[in-house]
Amino acid sequence: TEGERGECNLLAPLRTLTTSVCLPIDCPPSGERNEAIAASVDGRHPLSSLYCRKRRTSETEQAGLILPNGTPVDTSSLASSSSLLNRLQLDDDLDGETRDLFVTVEDPKKHVSTMETYITYRVCTKTTRTEFDLPEYSVRRRYQDFDWLRNKLEESQPTHLIPPLPEKFVMKGVVDRFSEEFVETRRKALDKFLKRVADHPVLSFNEHFNAFLSAKDLNKRQGLALLTKMGESVKYVTGGYKLRARPAEFAAMGDYLDLFTQKMGTIDRIAQRIIKEQSEFLMELREYGPVYSSWSSFEEDLHDPLEGVSGCMSNCSSALEELTEDMSEDFLPVLREYVLYIESMKNVLKKRDQVQAEYETKLEAVVFREDKKPPVPSDVEKCQDRVECFNADLKADWDRWENNKRQDFRQLLTGMADKNIQHYEKCLAAWESLVPLLQDKQEAEGETS
Amino acid sequence: MREREMQSRGTDMPTQERKLLLKKMEISVAEAEKRTGKNAVNMQETYTVYLIETRPVDAASEGTNPVPDSLWRRYSEFELLRNYLLVTYPFLVVPPLPEKRAEFVWHKLSADNMDPDFVERRRVGLENFLLRVASHPDLSSDKIFYSFLTEENGWKETVFETGFQAKADSRLKALNATFRVKNPDKRFAEMKHYGDELQSVISQLLRVRARAADRLYGVYKVHGNYGRVFSEWSAIEKEMGDGLQSAGHHMDAYAASVDDILEEEEHYADQLKEYLFYADALRAVCRKHELTQYELEMAAQDLTSKKQQREELATGTIRTFSLKGVTSKLFGQETPEQREAKLKMLETQIEEGEELVKERNAECEEFVKSAWVDIERFKEQKDHDLREALISYAIMQISMCKKGIQVWNNAKECFSKM
Repeated sequence: TEGERGECNLLAPLRTLTTSVCLPIDCPPSGERNEAIAASVDGRHPLSSLYCRKRRTSETEQAGLILPNGTPVDTSSLASSSSLLNRLQLDDDLDGETRDLFVTVEDPKKHVSTMETYITYRVCTKTTRTEFDLPEYSVRRRYQDFDWLRNKLEESQPTHLIPPLPEKFVMKGVVDRFSEEFVETRRKALDKFLKRVADHPVLSFNEHFNAFLSAKDLNKRQGLALLTKMGESVKYVTGGYKLRARPAEFAAMGDYLDLFTQKMGTIDRIAQRIIKEQSEFLMELREYGPVYSSWSSFEEDLHDPLEGVSGCMSNCSSALEELTEDMSEDFLPVLREYVLYIESMKNVLKKRDQVQAEYETKLEAVVFREDKKPPVPSDVEKCQDRVECFNADLKADWDRWENNKRQDFRQLLTGMADKNIQHYEKCLAAWESLVPLLQDKQEAEGETS
Repeated sequence: MREREMQSRGTDMPTQERKLLLKKMEISVAEAEKRTGKNAVNMQETYTVYLIETRPVDAASEGTNPVPDSLWRRYSEFELLRNYLLVTYPFLVVPPLPEKRAEFVWHKLSADNMDPDFVERRRVGLENFLLRVASHPDLSSDKIFYSFLTEENGWKETVFETGFQAKADSRLKALNATFRVKNPDKRFAEMKHYGDELQSVISQLLRVRARAADRLYGVYKVHGNYGRVFSEWSAIEKEMGDGLQSAGHHMDAYAASVDDILEEEEHYADQLKEYLFYADALRAVCRKHELTQYELEMAAQDLTSKKQQREELATGTIRTFSLKGVTSKLFGQETPEQREAKLKMLETQIEEGEELVKERNAECEEFVKSAWVDIERFKEQKDHDLREALISYAIMQISMCKKGIQVWNNAKECFSKM
């Protein structure tokens, strides 16, 4: 109501470019802010009428990608709307011509030292971005370094969903960490990780990422100095604030992630069971072939056909072995990575809840204060900023995640189908080449008898 | 072997084989039915009977389709027929019956004799048995076999009237006793050894096959779980949903396809089983030959010793140690009259002995001749049949692979639309 509005005049004109820009915390107060392209924060919160209703423009709706710019540390003034819009347009177009950062992971090499043996990968960068000193870089990184990068990104960009890394630990004895297949699978996953970060309009500007790509020696103790302001602010959001009502779309995200995790778990179990059954079938197949061979040893006319069958079975055994190995090495790890990824996503959702809860609590305290002291601490404003930024970032990243997830699973499942097809094709070739052999003999027999 | 196959082989055969029953008569085991009745000890029992249908070949080819003659027989009557043939033609490799109890089963198949799948496979096996006998150059003209196919009532009595039972019993007794042949026939010894090896290897094969079938069943069926989870998953997805859902259907189809695959494989297993039992029949022939030879050797040995006795008696010298010799030494020799009588008896015995040896020798020779002809025939049949079986097994595997490729291609298409 207007009366309420009058009381909370600090809130009324608050408009931020929440969908497109995450403003720095020390941004000038409401009066100087511009009309914005924004999304509504909450529809069901009891105090929601006190929030400014923010509209989503059709532009951002169609684009689907809502692009926050998240490096407030070195950000120049964002007051002018035109510069904001410029940034919007730049960040909108990711595919093709306007991409200005290319990253690849290649050339794995084994390093043996007295202390340990490990693999390094070459990380090549080509860029026109001014944030980089040189247009090209080539550095060597090991898994540990990728892990460091991801942790740093999580810390410094807590409102974003950070792409997943391949699993850190592998069971020694079960998987050979230095086998060609394992290293190649890992390389592909690391490459995907870096590409996803490089394609992200916010994460790609992160200084840790920059260091990772460019620094000769990665000084991993640099941490704290490069923590973004946003990171800091979110980091120090304490729990203990009660969230009244999670906005529907974030509740839906949480629910979805829970169900999705369940399904991933089920699929993992099924895949493992299939591998087990196939391995046991393989064991029998390995016995089956040799029996035909031993039979052939005391037959005359049937010697060649029986040997032929034995040979076929042996080929089928190899084909099946390859299939089970591939599924173990390529399929299962990707599923597991997604489950781990979802854990980190849920944490981001929780943090978002905390940020919102803090805001609501502080807002309530202000709203229901008996005294009508006019000046209002910018504390609540800051909280609101945080909420809006977080929501915008998360929504944008969620869409990005949905897209990547679709691609990943399409690739994974078609890969699974391909492997099975290849297995059957190998077996088919073996049996098909046997039949004419068997039938030839038969015709020869018919002629002589 | 199917009837048609047998008939087609028949067109290349010499004239005598055209007298094969199968050339004149169509035989089939058309149906199976359950019956209940009182058995020998007056207890209620349930058993299965099989309908044997016969029809002259000419009638069918004339375009008219007369109703076939038919009668019902149970498994035990088939067994009786086979036992009769075994005893009457010990030198022939008598076709085997399908197994009495289900063996080498994998989990899905029931080991229960009343199970409809088992009964159906038995029906096929019994028909196969009749066709084999009817296409055998010697067995097909047997009268008892003919009346088995055509005379429902009184057939059992007719069989027993042949007195084969007595022969069977004495033979059985002799075969079960351990005996050593002095000069074993090399060919038969080799054949027996082959029979042993064949039996052993096919048993092994059937055992592994059953285990493999179990496992393969598991592999396919678990894929059905993908069907279910993809369906559930598709419910929480927007764009991916359709692709997942339809891929799930293909996974269900994949899981279901294993039933047909394994049913076909069962047919292959049955073909192997037939030769497992044939191996036994082959060994039986070799064993019976051994017995024949042993009996010959015994007769010969007996004759030799009698001749020796005669010589000793005639010349008065005792060359061989014998109780008689000792007692005569101790208690004095016999009177000339006693000796004369003894000599005469020996002469008769020797005459009889020589006759027996001649008889047994002829028997042995006849046995060897007939047996070896049949063994050669059996060898050819075995090589042909098993090669055919291997070809159809390979074709089965090819079909299975092609189906697999198709299903996974379908699923792949669905995934690519995700």
